[in-house]
Amino acid sequence: MTRAERDHCDESDHGDEPDHRDDATRAIEVDGLTVSFGEEAVLDGVDATVEPGELVGLVGPNGAGKTTLLRTISGVLAPDAGSVRVADADHSADADRAAGDDSDRGLDDVGDLSSAAASRRMAVVPQTTTLSFAFSVRELVEMGRHPHRSRFESPTREDRDRVDAAMDRTRTAQFADRSIEAVSGGERQRVLLARAIAQDAPVLLLDEPTANLDLHHAIETMRLVRELVDDEGTAALAAIHDLELAARVCDRILVLADGEIVANGPPEAVLDADRLAAAFDARIAVEPSPLDGGLAIRAMDDPTIDHRVHVVGGGEPAAAAIGRLGEAGAALSLGPVPEGDRAASTAAAYDAEVVTAPPFSAVDSATRERARTMAADADAVVLAAEAVDQPSDVWLECFGASPNGVVLDSTTIAADVGARSDAVGTPAARAPRTDLDSLPGAVDAVAARAPVQGAERDPASLADPRLADGGVDRAVDSDPDGS
Amino acid sequence: MQAHRRAATYSSGLLAVLVVTVLASAAIGDVAIPPGDVVAAVGNQIAIPTSIGVSTTTLGVPFVDVGIPVPALHASYWHPFAFDVASTDETIVVALRLPRVLLAATVGVGLAAAGTVMQGLFRNPLADPSIIGVSTGAAVGAVAAITLPALVPFGLEWMAFGTGLLTAFGVYWIATENGRTPVATLLLAGVAIQALLGAVISFLMINSGRSMEEVVYWLMGNLHAAQWADVRFALPVVVAGTLALWAFTPDMNVLLLGEEDAHHLGVEVERTKRILLGLATIVTAAGVAVAGVIGFVGLIVPHVLRLLVGPDHRVLLPTSALAGGAFLVAADTLTRTTPEVLPVGIVTAAAGGPFFLYLLREREVHGL
Repeated sequence: MTRAERDHCDESDHGDEPDHRDDATRAIEVDGLTVSFGEEAVLDGVDATVEPGELVGLVGPNGAGKTTLLRTISGVLAPDAGSVRVADADHSADADRAAGDDSDRGLDDVGDLSSAAASRRMAVVPQTTTLSFAFSVRELVEMGRHPHRSRFESPTREDRDRVDAAMDRTRTAQFADRSIEAVSGGERQRVLLARAIAQDAPVLLLDEPTANLDLHHAIETMRLVRELVDDEGTAALAAIHDLELAARVCDRILVLADGEIVANGPPEAVLDADRLAAAFDARIAVEPSPLDGGLAIRAMDDPTIDHRVHVVGGGEPAAAAIGRLGEAGAALSLGPVPEGDRAASTAAAYDAEVVTAPPFSAVDSATRERARTMAADADAVVLAAEAVDQPSDVWLECFGASPNGVVLDSTTIAADVGARSDAVGTPAARAPRTDLDSLPGAVDAVAARAPVQGAERDPASLADPRLADGGVDRAVDSDPDGS
Repeated sequence: MQAHRRAATYSSGLLAVLVVTVLASAAIGDVAIPPGDVVAAVGNQIAIPTSIGVSTTTLGVPFVDVGIPVPALHASYWHPFAFDVASTDETIVVALRLPRVLLAATVGVGLAAAGTVMQGLFRNPLADPSIIGVSTGAAVGAVAAITLPALVPFGLEWMAFGTGLLTAFGVYWIATENGRTPVATLLLAGVAIQALLGAVISFLMINSGRSMEEVVYWLMGNLHAAQWADVRFALPVVVAGTLALWAFTPDMNVLLLGEEDAHHLGVEVERTKRILLGLATIVTAAGVAVAGVIGFVGLIVPHVLRLLVGPDHRVLLPTSALAGGAFLVAADTLTRTTPEVLPVGIVTAAAGGPFFLYLLREREVHGL
């Protein structure tokens, strides 16, 4: 995607939002960032901004470059091209002053800042810290004051107040004197957050802060970040692998895939199934969660099919259907197909039983009967055909031999089947339709009903097989009292 | 308790221990001198400058008869104490025992301080003051000075000090790439260079002929030849270096979290590593140059103190340094009082090892 296309895409993603491009209040501004490890570009022309008082979630598959982006922003890695600029502390605290003053926006290139100066602007909550030494919790939080202290100064009143406030906010004060080795993973993450809060920086970077936490502690931790952003006007950028959590707490989501920002906008606009499927290279289902009004997002496995499935049809659709079903473990049969059809050779690869007929000639009655029997004996039948004059009446007949049919909705066949006079009223017109990605799930669902007691099928039960995964919708209320 | 208050309390306590150990050690020997006389003899040495006069002298330049007038300082001293001590006892204490005892204290302080810093910096419990090759480098210089005196332009101490620093710098240079010095690379480069220099030392030793015994004594570490000149050489370097390291203890604490975290907390990681390595190396080299290779002090003492006072370097570094001084004085006193000639390195290893093992079993070990 070129830069122009991406910009266009951004606008379409959140067209109703005011365009901040000319706004002076930016806490982080990443422009055309490219970072390579050796020959391989890990980040390729990334643009991103975070504003004060905004919590931005950075999501994407493993290896997309989330951590690399955060490390480059924090100044650990030097970019090959592009720039990272961050606002200084005074600027963010008094955003009004800078608004409209474009000459001095208080943004400086991270590469030009000393570690001490950078750490007064940015606090980082790491994913994991090797804490194999017996510092007390309070001592660890006090280290957050390191950037503000001169070498020979003992802690000032302000240092102590900041540390106390940070520990109160994160509710770590109650185990302040315990060794950091003696606290649990969730508590430890809160201690690291307290350290970052004590650092009193206008920008907060979090690298998978909830990666090692259970559901409750993950929500708890992100809620603390949300509060900090709301109360203090902190600009926070958090890499989060839990998409539901990201959707729930973030103002805006950046989707990073293959080193590029592929989407940028409010969670509900950005987190749609197709975009996530492309970014994560997986089947992903998104629906509003009935429990808390958030989003329920989950990756779908292709189900394992333990049934015998007969495929009716030919050409590319039938070959694709056989491939998908064969991978899912179904025992397959196919036919009738013309000799040499593409579907026939694919079927051979999956050890499917194939009924063939000579090409360009009528199917004789013996062949027709064999295919019909095969279809009738199968647990499920799939109709997969492509051409306008298909499906042939032979295929419709074979398909109708079984009550458990699924129509692969890959091409024009849906309209075709509906429009053909000889198909009206046949099982093909009434059978559920599905696309290739959802085919294994749909087939598994119909095959599970076999043997059928002669009742009418209820297509509604298969309305959206993508969501019929039998999983449990989860939601945990974060405990406001934190007991 | 706040860290700086703990540091002050423990440090003053251990400073008292060190002073008592030094005075007790000066009392012990072939001629037993009452502790009161030792204090008196030391007290008699105290001289307070009362007035400083400036006069002008002429600086003579050889062969050229032009006097260049330069100002010269003349101080007068006030000796506040004049205790009645037998003059032989005073001579034994001041001229013979004190230089050795003070040198032991100096070297002990330096090695323990440097060891603490190296263990923290490398986040490795096996790190010791010479992990980047200072001692081995100094040993090459010293052994060369002993076996090939004709080829060595400086005295043994300067030679050892110089080659020690040179070796450490070489290791650092080898391990540095693109301005970054990963501690893992530094450690491996140190091991490799130490092995290489070990071969050089072995070669010099087997060709050393009659000076072999002197070489062996130097390599085992000993203080029997201590003189005031050695103290004047090592003491200022060790004291200044240790105080400078103390100033960096907050940074060392943050570095314990890992270099990336330290960067995020405002530590200029590479620069701080350079400073810490440099200071620790200079302190170690000064100690090794005057006392030879004394093992275990720089490895064991920091561990023992870490078990006792915790990992906070603001407390750990001063306490470890003072305890190291007291420990080496005590160990050296033992070598003086045994009938056999006993290099102090043997005593430190024989006493420190079992004590450390005892602590290891008794207390929970938290790593670094």
